[in-house]
Formats: sequence, structure tokens, C-alpha cells
Amino acid sequence: MSNSNIETNQQQEFTITVYTENQIGLLNRIAIIFSRRKINIESLNVSPSEIEHIHRFNILITESEDVVRKLARQIEKQVEVLKVYFNTNDDIIWQELALYKVPTDTIVEKVIVERLLRENGARAVVIRKDYTVFETTGHREETDKLIEVLQPYGLIEFVRSARVAIIKDSEGFNAKLREFEREEPGQDVIENEFLDQEKNVFTM
Amino acid sequence: MELAQAEITTQTEPKKTISVTGSVALLEGLIAEGTDVVFGYPGGAIMPIYDALYDYNEKLQHILVRHEQGATHAAQGYARTSGKVGVVFATSGPGATNLVTGLADAQIDSTPMVCITGQVFAHLLGTDAFQETDVINITTPVTKWNYQVTDASEIPAALAKAFYIAKSGRPGPVLIDITKNAQIQLFDYEGHKPCNHIRSYRPKPHVRKEYVEQAAALINAAKKPFILFGQGVLLGRAEQEFKAFVEKSGIPAAWTILGAGAIPTDHPLNVGMLGMHGNYGPNVQTNSCDVLIAIGMRFDDRVTGRLDKYAKQAKVIHLDIDPAEIDKNVKADVPVWGDCKETLPMLTALIEATQHTEWVNEFRAFDKIEQETLIQNELNPVTGELTMGEVINQLNILTKGEAVIVTDVGQHQMVACRYAHFNKTRSNITSGGLGTMGFGLPAAIGAKFGTPDRTVVAVIGDGGFQMTLQELGTIMQSGVEVKIMILNNQFLGMVRQWQQLFNEKRYSFVDIKSPDFVKLADSYYIKGKRVTERDDLVGALEEMLNHKGSYLLEVMVTKEHNVFPMVPQGCSVSEIRLK
Repeated sequence: MSNSNIETNQQQEFTITVYTENQIGLLNRIAIIFSRRKINIESLNVSPSEIEHIHRFNILITESEDVVRKLARQIEKQVEVLKVYFNTNDDIIWQELALYKVPTDTIVEKVIVERLLRENGARAVVIRKDYTVFETTGHREETDKLIEVLQPYGLIEFVRSARVAIIKDSEGFNAKLREFEREEPGQDVIENEFLDQEKNVFTM
Repeated sequence: MELAQAEITTQTEPKKTISVTGSVALLEGLIAEGTDVVFGYPGGAIMPIYDALYDYNEKLQHILVRHEQGATHAAQGYARTSGKVGVVFATSGPGATNLVTGLADAQIDSTPMVCITGQVFAHLLGTDAFQETDVINITTPVTKWNYQVTDASEIPAALAKAFYIAKSGRPGPVLIDITKNAQIQLFDYEGHKPCNHIRSYRPKPHVRKEYVEQAAALINAAKKPFILFGQGVLLGRAEQEFKAFVEKSGIPAAWTILGAGAIPTDHPLNVGMLGMHGNYGPNVQTNSCDVLIAIGMRFDDRVTGRLDKYAKQAKVIHLDIDPAEIDKNVKADVPVWGDCKETLPMLTALIEATQHTEWVNEFRAFDKIEQETLIQNELNPVTGELTMGEVINQLNILTKGEAVIVTDVGQHQMVACRYAHFNKTRSNITSGGLGTMGFGLPAAIGAKFGTPDRTVVAVIGDGGFQMTLQELGTIMQSGVEVKIMILNNQFLGMVRQWQQLFNEKRYSFVDIKSPDFVKLADSYYIKGKRVTERDDLVGALEEMLNHKGSYLLEVMVTKEHNVFPMVPQGCSVSEIRLK
């Protein structure tokens, strides 16, 4: 877990990494561990991990280490949770991905935009006659900065992903997960097959 | 799946399967899991299960409660006396929402329970169908685990998992929500296979030997060690291991209300009750001991009082099966993770046999003060109105500490926990963490089903009784033998006490009127009596206990009586007040 030396009762950003089964309702079960204490989840990413059947959460909150440790233990005790880690920003490499949609004519006309984009490490994902979509990845300040830059050029739409983070000290994570899944493969999630299938439902 | 199709599958499959409905698979599974009684209430969305139950009458006893909350508390009472998993049936919507209080109570008090709720047809989920409620999401915070079944083939595995999760590790309530189509649907049933492993779930943490050794070293060097024990000892079925540890170490031991009875009340090293209304010595000595050994307890705020003044001088050893409890409220110097059934014998083996005579005598000295200034007057008054304490005292004498005492919540609960004698484990059934008024009567019904050979006495206040008194109907119809003792002070006494002590006697809505409880019992064909005079008390108690069948005894007690000692809110345990 965290090896930060910062005072344990001082609030700071923590990225909580949770490995779980793929189970309907688990997102709620984890979310209420925060909401029951009125802690705001600042960013949340849930997606399949590199191992089949295992999902990975990245949860970003600002709290003290003491509180985060208690949260982590309460998350870890949920039946379908495999493992929980919590890390300060010093312990991780993280990125957020952002997409920016701007009118193509403005971009074409104003050459300066191209330079600004290059300075901000953005690249074009789609170029159409009417609009262009740029993408950049980085920390919050970096993606924020490009909003400011593009705002005067008629920014149409913006979206940003949750933080995804790699733990610096994660030696052996993948191998352990692979071994875990190999020894006892997980189960596929069972969904409701009957929505919009009224005819197939057994009624009395 | 059509029936014909199911039969064809049966013929071609090499495995031996039979085609059954989801409802039948559920009932077969319950029986395979050792369920002998179900507390429940039928309704539209659970009708197929009840229809199947009609043919299982001889294998599975069903107790028809009068409100689903009653079913949950009855299941809790059953689980707490028997050590088995309590089972509840309820329908969708209001049936399911009525379970929430009992689930919350079972969650905070770690009671193993499996609730089965009916749900609307799977294709109707999310449409605000009649009696549809999102029971899974409503109950997520108050269950250890829950699961929605929409296809009959999921039932055997879900039920097996439910029982395993409910009873393993730190026990708790589990809910399975089954859509009506899954109850009716036929599928190929291979029989019930119990679950004893879930890959993502570790019921018990690995015991770390080095921590056991560190704990033993601290205990061996301690001059004033003090044991706090809780329900973990009972849940781990570690009463013998605990007794061996206490006796070899010679360390005085005090209990949380859910830990009461893990060793007998009159054991020489049992120094009494912890917490806000606990005994004088255990509270004061918490702040004098040098090593605090907490076993299967979670440092609830009603036990610790003000945390920043709680046992600061002591090294803390914390034995718990739930890693989330370690350091949650009180920082442990030595965390002994694990099941105390395993860790206690390891610890006992490493400690030196000792007697802490002087230290134990300090507790006795505090006890003497408490006896003289408080307990004597409580238990043996000669003038004035009846006290709650003397009723419990007379009950002790007549039952010789052999009865199961079920309490509701409030002043009578604290008095009963303080003064009741328990020779046996699993004898004090009370709502600890949640403090659920209305728990007592239905829990007593379940407690009796859990231990049919023992006398079960429900001690209930006039307020709490009126919250679930409809369960008198359950008693009437099932014929279960419960001795109901209402200690009537004509007030919501605990709130009134606080209003007297902290709100300048501004008695805001605590003056509660009651019906004629004896007549009420009579209308349910339950014999009853009211006692107002001291001279009549023992005779009435004897009559209650000797009566064949249920009995309701209403005892009129002093109206404005306060429960002491008391650790006022915001005070440290050593600031406990005797008056």
C-alpha cells in the first residue's frame, strides 16, 4: 500500500485501485462506501483489466491517509473485490484523455491554432469539412489548458475521461492476476435476458 | 424453455438431472442447507414459491409472521440462539422494503440471515410494475451480499453462495431477489451443491504468527492487563478457547452487550459490562490498564465514550476476524487478524499462567462501590414503586440464569443486560448496534424456535412493544412459547432520561400511552397479568414461568427512573457517573 511519508491526517489526492469480479451492482456497492461518508468521488474509471473476468477500478478522491486506509479495507472486504491499493500522486503515473471538437474552418484559417495544438501535444482524430476533433492526454492542468486555448476558436464540445493510473511499484501484478485467473477462471456476468422479450417469459 | 424441451435435454445429458421449477430448487436447496424453519409472509411476486411450499409442509416449517420486519427479527433471534442461518421469505415491493430494518440490524450485529424476496417478472424490471421496488439497490448498504436471479438455472448456485457468505467469516445478512418468471421456470436441476469457496472472498484473514507472538510478549510483561470481549467469541464458537485463555492468563474480562454470556456471569474473572451503562470498574479501569486485549469486539462509540481519552495509556491488542475493524476506531499496537477460535489457543499456548490478584481486587473494590451506592437499591428496594432492576433480579433467582433473555431497546435493555445472569452462551439476544425498538417480541419468537428446550423471556418496554405487537398473532397461531415481560414505565424512558439530564426536563413527546396489554394478550388468547405491587411480583413471575404456553406479564415500574452508571456523551469512560 502507500509508502508516502506525508502526515497521515493531511488531505491529499489518493488514487484507489480496485481489482474486482465483473458483477452487476458492485459499482454501487463500492460507491456507497464513499457516499455514506459524504466523500466526493472526483473521478472514476471502471474497465476490464488485461485479464479476462477481472475488472479494474481507478477511484480518485481527496482525503487523509487514515480515512483512505479505512475505506480501502471496507472496499476489500466486499465479497467480489479481489484486491485494493491506494496511492498518492507520487506513487503513480497517471493520465486523463480529452477530446476537443472545433469548427474546421476556424482551424484552417487561423494558422496559430496549429502551433498551439503542437505545443499542447494534441493530435487530430477526425477532420471533417464542418468540424475537427483533437485529442490530448495528460494531467488535469494540461487538458484544462487546451480548453482555454481552443475556447476563442469556437470550441463546440469537450469531453474528458476519468484518471487512469499505473502504480510505480506494481512488480508482478500482471503475473499474479494471470495466475489467479488460470487457477480458477472467473464466471461470465449473467444479465437479464428477458427485457423486451415478454413472449419468452413464463407467466402464470 | 418448454417442458417438452426440458425433458429431451434430460435424456441426452449424461448428468443425472430432473426438470423442476425454480421454486422447487429453492426449497430443496434450503433443506439441503439445513433450514428447518422459515419466517415469512406471502404476496403476489413470491406466490410460486409459496405454492411449492404447500407440498413441503412436513420438511420445512413456515411461520407466518404479521409484518415482514417481524420475520427478519425472528430470523435473527433464531440465528442468535441456534448458531444457524435464519431464513426469511417476503414478497416484492412493500414486503421487501419492510425487511430493511431487520437487515440493517443483522448487518451491524453480524447475524447470519438469508432473505428470499419475490420480484416482478424479469421483463417488467425497471417499468414501475405493480409492487416493483429496486430491492437490490435498497438493500446493498445493509447486506453483506445480495443478488438478483432472473433465470431459474441461477438459483442453486446463488442460494449456496448466499448461505456460505451469510455464515462464514464475519457473518451477516444476505438477500436473494428472485423474479417471478424464475420461480415458475422449469430447468434441469442437478441437486444442491453447497458452496465452500468463492475466489474473490476471503472469510478469514491469514493468521500472522509474529503478531500472536508480539501479543503474548505484551501480555506476559503486563502488570495490569484487561480483556474486552464481544460477540466475536460467540460467533467463532470459541467460548471454550476464550475461557481457557482467561483462566490461564488470570486477566479480568469485561463484555460488550453482544458478548454477554461468552463466559458465565458468575465467573470469578468476569468483571462486568462495558460501555455507556456498563459497570463502574470496567469503565474506569479501561483508563488504568497497561495492556488492553480486545477480542471479537469493534470499539463501538457506546463502548468507548470519547475516543481521544480512551485507554491512551495502554498498549492495545486487537483480535478480530474482520481486517476492516482493526484501527477503525482504536489504533491497535498489535493486530491479531484471524478467527479467535484459531488465534486464542495460539495465544494461550504462549502466555504464562498468571494470577493478577491485586489488579483483579481493584475491580472488586469498584464493584463494591457500585453495589453499595447503586445496585443494592436497584435490586432490593423495600419501599416505593417497583424497579426494573428488582424484576430482573427476581427473574434471575427463578430461572437460575438458565433462561434466554431477549430484550428490546431502551432503559429496560440496559437494566436487563446489566443484571441478568447468564450461565450459558447464546442467552442474551438484543439489538446492539442498531438499537432497533420493536426487535424484542419477534426476536423472542425466533429465539424459541432456535432453542426449543430453553425458556425464552422477552423483556420489553411499553414503547418498543407497541412497535411490533402485531407479532402476538404469530405467537397465537404458531403456538410458540414465549414469556413476555413488559416493564412499563409509561414513558419512552431512555429518551426521557436524556431529556431530564441534558435538556432540562423538557419532556418532548416521550409521554406514551399504552393500551391494556393484558386485554390485548387476551384477545390473542395469550394469558396475562399486570403487577403493580412488590408483594405480587414473585408470584406473578412464577406463574408466568410455570404456565404452559406463552404468557404476558406487565410490570408497572417507577416512571422517572434513570439508568446508572452512565458515561455521558462526549465524556471519557473514566468519567462514568454513578448518579
